[in-house]
Amino acid sequence: MAAMPKPKLAVWKFSSCDGCQLTLLDCEDELLAVAGAVEIAYFPEATRGVVKGPYDVSLVEGSITTAHDAERIRAVRKQSKAVITIGACATAGGIQALRNFADVAAFTAIVYARPDFISTLATSTPIAAHVPVDFELRGCPIDKRQLIEVLSAFLAGRQPVTPAHSTCVDCKLAGNVCVMVAHGTPCLGPVTHAGCGALCPTYNRGCYGCFGPMESPNAKSLSARLSALGMDERALSRVYRTFNAAAKPFADEAERHGA
Amino acid sequence: MARKTIKVDYLARVEGEGALTVTIRDDRVTHAELRIFEPPRFFEAFLRGRAFSEAVDITSRICGICPVAYQMSSVHAMEDALGVKVAKPIRDLRRLLYCGEWIESHALHIYMLHAPDFLGYQGAIEMARDHAEIVKRGLDLKKTGNALMSLIGGREIHPINVRVGGFYKTPLKRELAVLNDSLKRARDQALETVRWVSGFDFPDCQRDYELVALSHPDEYPLNEGRIVSNRGLNIGASEYDAHFQEIHVAHSNALQSRTREGNAYLVGPLARFSLNFQRLTPLAQDAAKEAGLGPSCSNPYRSIVVRAVEVLYACDEALRIIAGYEEPDRPFEPAEPRAGVGFAATEAPRGLLYHRYRLDDDGTILEAQIVPPTSQNQATIEEDLTVFINDWIDLPDEALKHRCEQTVRNYDPCISCATHFLDLRVERG
Repeated sequence: MAAMPKPKLAVWKFSSCDGCQLTLLDCEDELLAVAGAVEIAYFPEATRGVVKGPYDVSLVEGSITTAHDAERIRAVRKQSKAVITIGACATAGGIQALRNFADVAAFTAIVYARPDFISTLATSTPIAAHVPVDFELRGCPIDKRQLIEVLSAFLAGRQPVTPAHSTCVDCKLAGNVCVMVAHGTPCLGPVTHAGCGALCPTYNRGCYGCFGPMESPNAKSLSARLSALGMDERALSRVYRTFNAAAKPFADEAERHGA
Repeated sequence: MARKTIKVDYLARVEGEGALTVTIRDDRVTHAELRIFEPPRFFEAFLRGRAFSEAVDITSRICGICPVAYQMSSVHAMEDALGVKVAKPIRDLRRLLYCGEWIESHALHIYMLHAPDFLGYQGAIEMARDHAEIVKRGLDLKKTGNALMSLIGGREIHPINVRVGGFYKTPLKRELAVLNDSLKRARDQALETVRWVSGFDFPDCQRDYELVALSHPDEYPLNEGRIVSNRGLNIGASEYDAHFQEIHVAHSNALQSRTREGNAYLVGPLARFSLNFQRLTPLAQDAAKEAGLGPSCSNPYRSIVVRAVEVLYACDEALRIIAGYEEPDRPFEPAEPRAGVGFAATEAPRGLLYHRYRLDDDGTILEAQIVPPTSQNQATIEEDLTVFINDWIDLPDEALKHRCEQTVRNYDPCISCATHFLDLRVERG
């Protein structure tokens, strides 16, 4: 019997910092095993070699910010069996979605001497706003253990184990003392999707929400607590407006505080 | 007149999306244009109105490959504006964190992005089929850099532990000591790397570059120093704008930097090495000499050797810092908001990274200016293509195209930083 052909993996980039696709190259202990288990068919950051689609799994990094990219993501979807979006840009629009709440023409004029040379959309939107997505992996950046889990799960044809509970649950499991209760440090842990291993509280810092909203966040209640800890309305609106600014629960809560 | 166009849709093994057009007439390159069409993300615009304390986390998202560089330039600029001075252990830890990024970023470029050009592979995964042990060495080296960043920064991409005034939490001496064994192994691997890459076949291409880098009297520059050049420049970061300008050209979403006189200049490993050779450790100096490098290097194709020497230095320096580390009394110095302007330049793996911020009296950012190394090298890359490609003009189009790509990759361009997509067109007419 002939050996089964290896599944074909493609890695695509849209508007982003490249950090989430770098996470794959940062799996130093697993990278050669991954390359043994799949055919890396398209991954321009790592290789000039291109194997034509269709692809079994496409990892998509970045958000949609140009008309050209809005077309390109449809072409990616067409030639991919499974589309997995990786990171806050691809799942929520990223930090560049701050433009969604501002005037892009004014932004362009601040950065560029010749705004007429620049072609960009007024919004930065997640991949799922344009095409159906099979799985969204959160984080700014994504966590490499989660990336390996998601890839393994798709190759085995099972659901990935990436809990959607809050960072607080992971923080308790890590044995941390609560930075908000014990030290009065403002922390977004209660409303933030787990996945990082509660890094910030482990480093005596409040969570800043880089994994985006958890499955059922009660941001209103958290804001009341943050306000009692001394955050004013402006600070409250900003704290939700970072790397997942356009994720609905965070966008709504920021707006409630006058952003 | 016969006219030929060669087109590559995406330059591989660079960070980001760019395009390249090389025009050839009568067997001479007449024009080279590096077009960057990574979509703009407007960092300098949305930093306005944010708190001074937020820039460190926001600017790290400019680049997933060199986030520490953005964090360092931003905290130093804020501290300049707010008059904050940090204690020696904090300074040492920052330098140590930066060593981690240099090791990680350089190892990535040497083994995964650049070496395949010299050995005739499409990428490192393909190279691993024939050279498994070499690729594993590169990955192990990179892992040590990442381990250093994770321990001090919390994670390797977008570290969470850096703040204006210092860190949220500083490591215990014994926690750092855990890294000694892997750093010693990495130092041996770095030395093997210098020897390995020095045996590659390098084209004899030299140019009289204007080299610009930080320089510090006592140490190889990372976080601190004067901005100097081989043409006599010697300025503080606050004078940067008086000597350099950013120009918006139609073909690029990145602003191109030039000197005020309008000249292209070069930042990064070649400049740092040539202007600071004497500040390398004896081990790194000896390895450089053994690899055939003089005290300066103006062949960009040899930048891979210089990067390897810098990895060796970074391992050596990290071991020195860990040995001398004393735990600080407190993890950070408090920073009180006040109105002012702050400037800083630090040495990202790819070269000088300049930040300037103007703050309101409550610490709100009124203006932000960020000049990444790849914007500064863009004009020099175009000049390199115009000059060097002439030597290979008779090559078949596919080989010529590869030479053009290699010439761009000499600079380890981070197009995400500069703003991505290399679409290469060779026009012959």
